[in-house]
Amino acid sequence: MPAIPRLEYVEASVQRGGATVLDRVDLAIPAGAFVALTGASGAGKTTLLRLANRLIAADSGCVRIDGADVAAADPPALRRGIGYAIQGVGLFPHWTIAENIAAVPRLLGSDAAAIAARVCALLDLVELPQAFAARFPRQLSGGQASRVGLARALAAAPKLLLLDEPFGALDPETRASLADKLVELHRDQGLTIVMVTHDLADALTRADRIGVLDGGRIVADGTPAAMVRSDHPAVKALVGSPVDQARRITELLK
Amino acid sequence: MNAQWSRAVAMLPDRLAAHLGVSAAALALAIAVAVPLVLLMARRPRLRGIVLAAAGVIQTVPALALLALFYPLLLLVGGLTQRLAGFGVPALGLLPSLLALALYALLPLLRGGSDGLASVAPETIDAADGIGMTRRQRLLQVELPLAAPIVMGGLRVAAVWTIGAATLATTVGQKSLGDLIFAGLQLEDWTLVTTGCIAAAALAIIVDLALAQAETGLAQGRPRRALLSLVLLASLVAGVLGWRASAQPPASTSRAVVVGAKNFSEQYILAELIADRLRAQGIPATVRSGLGSAVAFRALAAGDIDVYVDYSGTLWDAVLHRSDAVPRADMLATLRRELPARHRVQVAASLGFENAYALAMRRDTATRLGITSLVDLAGRAPGLRLATDIEFQQRPEWAALQRVYGLKFKALTAYTPTLMVRALGGGDADVITAFSSDGRIAAEDLVLLSDPRGALPAYDALLLVGPHRPDLAARLAGLDGKIPVETMREANWQADRDTDKQTPGQAAKWLAARIR
Repeated sequence: MPAIPRLEYVEASVQRGGATVLDRVDLAIPAGAFVALTGASGAGKTTLLRLANRLIAADSGCVRIDGADVAAADPPALRRGIGYAIQGVGLFPHWTIAENIAAVPRLLGSDAAAIAARVCALLDLVELPQAFAARFPRQLSGGQASRVGLARALAAAPKLLLLDEPFGALDPETRASLADKLVELHRDQGLTIVMVTHDLADALTRADRIGVLDGGRIVADGTPAAMVRSDHPAVKALVGSPVDQARRITELLK
Repeated sequence: MNAQWSRAVAMLPDRLAAHLGVSAAALALAIAVAVPLVLLMARRPRLRGIVLAAAGVIQTVPALALLALFYPLLLLVGGLTQRLAGFGVPALGLLPSLLALALYALLPLLRGGSDGLASVAPETIDAADGIGMTRRQRLLQVELPLAAPIVMGGLRVAAVWTIGAATLATTVGQKSLGDLIFAGLQLEDWTLVTTGCIAAAALAIIVDLALAQAETGLAQGRPRRALLSLVLLASLVAGVLGWRASAQPPASTSRAVVVGAKNFSEQYILAELIADRLRAQGIPATVRSGLGSAVAFRALAAGDIDVYVDYSGTLWDAVLHRSDAVPRADMLATLRRELPARHRVQVAASLGFENAYALAMRRDTATRLGITSLVDLAGRAPGLRLATDIEFQQRPEWAALQRVYGLKFKALTAYTPTLMVRALGGGDADVITAFSSDGRIAAEDLVLLSDPRGALPAYDALLLVGPHRPDLAARLAGLDGKIPVETMREANWQADRDTDKQTPGQAAKWLAARIR
């Protein structure tokens, strides 16, 4: 008997103002997977991600985490158990870095000493100096803020991490370094990661599985290697440009 | 310290405390209304547009008009509750002021609150939801602290506006610093005006500074500093109220008779005279001055004031709604019959003088041209220039003069009253409009032109007594016919002149000595 998937979509559909945003999506993500969801703008990536922590509710079908329907859960309680990081980072500007990182444990009612220790450990984990604890978000660079966002998402030791364009606005170098950090976390902590990205290079090089959305449906789902060889027009349109770039760079290196 | 200063300073504690009290209460009421509306608007963007537009419309009504509008409205409501539930609603004083000022404070509060919440970045909201905050936690821990600077900005504007507009509450009979300003403007007592203005401005500045401190504290995420400045502000309010309590003798248990006065010198003097006369008979009496002309009679009929002086022509027009010209004695007889029948208001005395519209000339000019009446004037008018006060050319009196005497002047100019008299003195006008009891008539050596054809209505000064204290009529009947127009002019002049200016109380004592 196969293991219960960590995150599972069954016939999940979402309508918005008469239009179908997601159309009967079936997707099962096993524990420990690193899945990248990609596709053109408006394909439904973010909506699919937000179904998982009920920031959006499915109009039909269901979404299960560890076999339990999310529709039956209390949304705040559900979300506190899931790591969540987004493109704009969304750090609370009136809170220090330490307070931002401690947000979820505090909501969960952890005691102060445990929270302080956890903040220290997370700053180390995302490779930020301990002195940052007392700073405010406005004093941070984009890359540093993204690291804090990641630390906040990991603070309550979730098993599932949802990331929506987590490196969206960063320069390529910072981006690569953070993506490496993510791979390391995935490997070391046994996290299940679902990451929305429109950048195929990120998806192809970091994830172990890629789901391609087009018009609210999953049109391809497989390993990075399978994606590069796919004949599906939507997948080719997405993959074509990075593959072509890689080929040209390889030429230059010869 | 001269009499003007000591009068201004004596008025200050009571008025300052009342001003602060009504402002704080109105602001608190506005906040209580604004908070749920702001929270509701945050969830319903369409409601936001409607509510803000409605608050904006309220803001376009001048504060003075808004205050005046609440008076008839509350009378109506009071009449209904009286009939349905057996209790009335006070239509004058605190309640209309509170409601109008609170409405006025609503727009900046709603706008500040709504803009403040809208200013929170969408990704911050998304993060708050995404990490599992409840709606309440999101509001209290994230949205409100981040919106605080803009919310406080709105609160500061609302507080300053309310303190400023509260000076206008005087016109609906609420004690405020406006008492000093309105009385001072009418009496041309600049000490009084300045004291009132400085006190109101200082109050606004202090409150604004304290709120600014709170705003900075909140913006810097230091709620303790914000709290400290709010505590300081609260102790300021408490301190002023305490100061007033210590400066005031304890209020007597039975309600004192309230003597009303409209907003000009003669009214202030007569109100003081009446109050002194009642006190001499052992009846406690207070003066509520600065009432709007439209409010005064209704305040009397509703029992908010007990006695005041009004003029027959005004009552004829505004209360009996008549526009026909009748002889002076007939008008008086009709009023004596109709006012008790319709409003249970008695005419306790006709004081003996008129404060009527008239045309006046310098004595030397009038003598030279041989003019003593409006008939004489009609022949000379095409060569003369008339200066009027601002409203005269719109009034029925002017239409009547033109119709009855065929008056046609070479030039016609409207001035404020002070400038009008100066125009006559400086040779820019030959004839001016005047009030027959104005102190300047004797002082400037003017002659009033007689009205042989009775075109101008009579404005006999009548002492009116309201339905709740009919006993006052007998107590004040002694004033009937006791004040000749020359005596009233002299008393008015004492309060209006610039040198050796007397307070209305002093002028009232002088007047009382003349009529004993």
